[in-house]
Amino acid sequence: MSAGVLPYTVEPHPVTGLYSGKLGTWLFLASEVMLFGGLFSAYILLRVGAPEGTWPTHEEAHLSWKIGGFNTLLLIISSVTMVMAWANLKMNNFPKARMYLIVTVILASLFLTLKISLEYYPHWHDGLKPSTNVFFGLYYTLTALHGLHIFGGIVVMLYFIGPGAGLWKTNPEYYTNRIECTGLYWHFVDLVWIFLFPILYLMN
Amino acid sequence: MAGSDADISKHVKMYLGVFAALFLCTILTVAVSTVHLGHTNNVIVALVIASFKASLVALIFMHLKWESSKIIWITLGLCAIAFSILMIVPMLTANGFPASTVFSTWG
Repeated sequence: MSAGVLPYTVEPHPVTGLYSGKLGTWLFLASEVMLFGGLFSAYILLRVGAPEGTWPTHEEAHLSWKIGGFNTLLLIISSVTMVMAWANLKMNNFPKARMYLIVTVILASLFLTLKISLEYYPHWHDGLKPSTNVFFGLYYTLTALHGLHIFGGIVVMLYFIGPGAGLWKTNPEYYTNRIECTGLYWHFVDLVWIFLFPILYLMN
Repeated sequence: MAGSDADISKHVKMYLGVFAALFLCTILTVAVSTVHLGHTNNVIVALVIASFKASLVALIFMHLKWESSKIIWITLGLCAIAFSILMIVPMLTANGFPASTVFSTWG
């Protein structure tokens, strides 16, 4: 191993049994569980402690399960396309993998576009802001933090579709591992939404 | 996890099966929410379905089903314990401090 080169990017570390990127990603995801866990905990505390009639109803929350459900579908499909990108890299089919990554980016962008144009914008226009009540404070915090994660995922995927794709030619295994780590992150983002959807859209 | 082309092809079929399951579970979540089982029961059912969906994503898409590294399972185990505490404590305190204090000025 030469100086300045990251060790264990392809072969597993003898102690952990994992390549370094995967170990780092899992530890990062563990910190993410704590981040979102704290916010979910706050939501439950405030929701179950709310006196009768003080929590917004479906109508007062102005959240359509149809939009939320469609966005759920978009994220589920994007998880499939993400894992298909990795699977195609494993089968040495880079063009198809890249195509799946592009589809994932499109689905993620569509999710954010719908979230902003059909929910955030009309809500804000109607005066439903984080300061309106506790529900909207939590709603904006949870969904905006999740949205930021979506945006971060899009940036990373665009890097691997564009400038980062050159790594496939020089070190395909390293590139495949990086896509696997990106996938782990992306599936986690999907996983968070799987809980956000029923909590925010169906339980009022 | 196994990495030959044949293994990956089997995985691809599994991914599509999981997609179908996730899709159906999403429809089920919406359908169940329209049935009045009582607020608590509705919440429990929705969270059980969400947990099942999350398990499918973690086991199949995140490859945990094929993961043998102990360090991942230890990390996830500790995470699960901490997450459970975060979820259970607010439920236990629902009828006492700090919830009643927080909502004494509600509205």
